[in-house]
Amino acid sequence: MELYYLTAHELGDLLQRKEVSAREVAESFLERLETVDVKVRAYLTVTPEKALEQAARVDAARARGENLSPLAGVPMALKDNLCTEGVRTTCASKMLAEWVPPYSAFVVRRLEAEGAVMLGKLNMDEFAMGSSNENSRFYPVHNPWDLERVPGGSSGGATAAVAAGEACYALGSDTGGSIRQPASFCGVVGMKPTYGRVSRFGLVAFASSLDQIGPITRDVTDCALVLQAIAGHDPYDSTSANLPVPDYRAVLTGEIRGLKIGIPKEYFPEGMEGEVARIVKRAIGRLSDLGAICEEVSLPHTEYALPAYYLVAPAEASSNLARYDGVGFGLRVEGNDIIDMYMRTRSEGFGAEVKRRIMLGTYALSSGYYDAYYLKALKVRTLIRRDFEQAFKRFDVLATPTSPTVAFRLGEKAGDPLAMYLSDLFTIPVNMAGLPAISIPCGFSQGLPVGLQLIGKPFDEETLLRVAYAFEQNTDYHRRRPELGV
Amino acid sequence: MAITLKEVEHVALLARLYLSEEEKQAYTQQLNSILEYMQKLNELDTAAVEPTAHVLPLKNVLRDDEVRPGLPREKALAGAPEAQDGQFKVPRVV
Repeated sequence: MELYYLTAHELGDLLQRKEVSAREVAESFLERLETVDVKVRAYLTVTPEKALEQAARVDAARARGENLSPLAGVPMALKDNLCTEGVRTTCASKMLAEWVPPYSAFVVRRLEAEGAVMLGKLNMDEFAMGSSNENSRFYPVHNPWDLERVPGGSSGGATAAVAAGEACYALGSDTGGSIRQPASFCGVVGMKPTYGRVSRFGLVAFASSLDQIGPITRDVTDCALVLQAIAGHDPYDSTSANLPVPDYRAVLTGEIRGLKIGIPKEYFPEGMEGEVARIVKRAIGRLSDLGAICEEVSLPHTEYALPAYYLVAPAEASSNLARYDGVGFGLRVEGNDIIDMYMRTRSEGFGAEVKRRIMLGTYALSSGYYDAYYLKALKVRTLIRRDFEQAFKRFDVLATPTSPTVAFRLGEKAGDPLAMYLSDLFTIPVNMAGLPAISIPCGFSQGLPVGLQLIGKPFDEETLLRVAYAFEQNTDYHRRRPELGV
Repeated sequence: MAITLKEVEHVALLARLYLSEEEKQAYTQQLNSILEYMQKLNELDTAAVEPTAHVLPLKNVLRDDEVRPGLPREKALAGAPEAQDGQFKVPRVV
């Protein structure tokens, strides 16, 4: 297989044995990117000079005999809402189209310390609001498995790049499913860690009580490696948990005998794509064959998670996005006075979906509606958390489809916001409860990838990785690569 | 609880957004269909339920009150649309 299609641990092994240099690896990815990104459009900014410079540093360190991380010299890319000092960070918005951050996110510094090679910044829905990547203010991303279809969103550039051989792995962010749903649509592994497991310092805020950064990779071992690199306490994010980080690779044993897996019946509703449900159930059957005990469970408030989320997330967003006022950074459109300047800047800087959510959030928080909408949603959030707490008294992990459908066509849902929101039906409850979850490839429906979602207890990413790895060792979906006609 | 065109105009002002006539119409219709969907939440009796604003049991994370280096002024101003004499510059307010 070409270098650009290997996993991080495979590349790490080749690099450590000096069978290839970091420069050769970086060049392989940069050439691939040049060939396919005209079709996929996963990148907003490519940084070849930076990549080759970082690769040269890794090669020099290895020549000196230094002990390097398994991620040293492995090319990656970042969703464009992760701040990179000196490299523009746009959030796929006109508001930040030219903005160059004065500092790098915690996770970016961590990966740099591991000797990561950064290829560039990845396309996304504007300010991470969307489920199809069509809300990018630059251009939409195309799914590498079928260029007529969306890659999912909002981290669609990230999952498409990893699937198409344009980056070995990527970091995305997940507020309501933005790592897992596109991972499912693009046939890659995507994890949303527990809220607080990874520092959000330097992640452009969307909904602060829900946002979490996580890895997008080609297999579960890479997911463990990348999570290991980015997890841990950071004094610059007061919501990052001060807990020890376990050795994630140590749990990749393939052994899941006796583990209790709950199957929430609400995650297989009527009207769901039959083929997706069938493939996911077959995958769960595979877990039982491997010795897990799989039983049905009920999460009775599941259907309330989506309406509650679309009050909580826009409310937090309307507050977070108040900072874009044409003063401190980003776009300014001059006006007749300061209020006119604010309003012109925001009207031109934000796209339709971002404005819609700001409007919804502002309305939900406004005088007279706060109790009826926002407070109500926060109370329902408690009920959703309790559902999971009950289920985790009996089960170690829950297994569900990641999304009710496979990747849909570009334009198919663009005119109907509510239909688009429904695509995150199965991922949103996890964010509301702050839990960790992973999506792994578990089959194909008419040539399009289907994802299995595993949901874990707070700060128990280990069990997720353990189950995901056991499944992966007994299947080959993670080894398939899209053809892309090149 | 339907949202009217007038309320959309008011909310847009609160959010500091100019909306075209077309956008006002579209948002009124779309927000109504979204808010109608939210009515589903009223099926639940939540009178005795505590709200969850945050999932972690963290409160008041503090550090010692000592001076530490922060972002240098030049760097903080580097991304500003307009700056002068080490400060952000805005249109005349008074």
